[in-house]
Amino acid sequence: MTMGRFFGVVMALSLVAGTIAPARAERLVVALSNHRVLINSSFTGVDLVLFGSVEHEGVVRRRGYDLVATVTGPRADMVTRRKERVLGVWVNVESRTFFQAPAYLAVLSNRPLAAIVGSDMLSRLALGLAQTPLPNDGPEPQGSDPYRTAFLDINRAHGLYRELPDAVAFLTADLFRAAITLPANVPVGTYDVDVKLFADGLLLAQQRTALETAKVGFEQFVASAAREHGVLYGVATVMLAILTGWFGAVVFRRDFN
Amino acid sequence: MEIYLPIAELPVNVFLMFAMGIAVGFISGMFGIGGGFLMTPLLIFIGISPAVAVASVASHIAASSCSGVIAYWRRRALDFALALMLLGGGLIGTMVGVWLFSVLRSLGQLDLMIGLSYVTLLGVVGGLMIIESVRAIARARSGRPAEIRRPGSHTWIHGLPFKVRFKQSKIYVSAIPLWVIGFSVGFIGAIMGIGGGFLLVPALIYIMRVPTAVVVGTSMILTLVTMGAATIMHAATNHLVDVVLALILMVGGVIGAQFGARAGQKIRGEQLRLLLGILVMLVGLRFAFELILRPSNLFSVRPLETWQ
Repeated sequence: MTMGRFFGVVMALSLVAGTIAPARAERLVVALSNHRVLINSSFTGVDLVLFGSVEHEGVVRRRGYDLVATVTGPRADMVTRRKERVLGVWVNVESRTFFQAPAYLAVLSNRPLAAIVGSDMLSRLALGLAQTPLPNDGPEPQGSDPYRTAFLDINRAHGLYRELPDAVAFLTADLFRAAITLPANVPVGTYDVDVKLFADGLLLAQQRTALETAKVGFEQFVASAAREHGVLYGVATVMLAILTGWFGAVVFRRDFN
Repeated sequence: MEIYLPIAELPVNVFLMFAMGIAVGFISGMFGIGGGFLMTPLLIFIGISPAVAVASVASHIAASSCSGVIAYWRRRALDFALALMLLGGGLIGTMVGVWLFSVLRSLGQLDLMIGLSYVTLLGVVGGLMIIESVRAIARARSGRPAEIRRPGSHTWIHGLPFKVRFKQSKIYVSAIPLWVIGFSVGFIGAIMGIGGGFLLVPALIYIMRVPTAVVVGTSMILTLVTMGAATIMHAATNHLVDVVLALILMVGGVIGAQFGARAGQKIRGEQLRLLLGILVMLVGLRFAFELILRPSNLFSVRPLETWQ
């Protein structure tokens, strides 16, 4: 156990130092079923497929390959607040700002991360929700940070953060597919997809791709009108309100008396 | 049927939103209130961000009040002169309120402030209305006239200068309390993100002794103008008015308001006041429980620098 761990550390260090063994024969080829997710009025979330293959040029891994895909959504500053009872009333007393936290984060793998690589390697590669760096304005945490835990839990509950150890499936020894689910409440923007290939606890290859979510048609028209012509948009909304109100009064006039 | 809202950035069920519009519209037409104090918490409850909810509800209230104004205007149950006088103070109050709102927002704790003002205002107003209307109903039951406009009931307010006669309302009162009431309603409404009709209606009835039948339509004129202005202000500054959401709520609200206005004409004034008092009290209690009960999660996550 300790020997294996020691070996893993040595290998990881050599990886970080860039002294990767020349026998790195594997190459990753990945593709997404769709690089541009269009959000129109009937958008209720979308399922994408990430698929690809391992080009191994004759190298044989007895225990097969492992794959971890990390999808990182657009980033934004987020505040986590904590309530406390003050004079019988629950009040937000403290807050923690997480700087440029991803609005969406999915870690997909073919088996639990802990079974794929050692914990040293996990934290070095920042793989998995638990290892994701979330820079914030709080003090250096001793042990577990309740703000960080709450931040992850709340995002998980909203379906925006997910860690799925069975989302990647190997169809053959070197052909894989993974399901990426974007819920309806995903923010608009660019999503980075980072795919890492492992075997025997070692990182063999890495590949990146990206996808984009964008509003189209009417949704896009409304969103850009609201942003670029605020006053006009407001006046138009009020006109719509007056028209609707007047129309309702006219339609119902006959029944009124 | 789900539809994606372009500004709120999430899908909602059209029929659910429509039903909410009708229900709140019915109540607003019946009592002559905007219904913002009901609709905004409802929207937040189904997952729409408070900022978008407050901004979009303003236009929904404007539509409901517009159709209400037309309905009451047909029955000549409006006092335009009185509404104009109230609007003077109301618009100034709204502007001051919006300014203080942004100050409070930058200091944090805005949600606590809103929660406390909801509890205090709704509790006091609802309680007073319930007590008064129960007394009026008891008086009517015991055979005495239910009309509370007795000659001896004039207070010091009726002794103030700058008196104006309002023919439609059959009152002869000073302009000073009207400007003060308009200002207060506009100010409180802007801070709490509501139309303020539920404050204006009792203020006009109990302080100014305006007849109940005229009060409802008149207060709707004020609501229409202030909420229209609020919509434009929100659209110009925050860009958070969701026109799709607003339209669904508006259509439902307008239909509901028509039926509500009819129902309101059929119910006796003191019973109407009792019902509104109970409704206001219930919403106030809901906010009180929210402040007092231990929340299921002590933590909350919000994007930085938006509404609470």
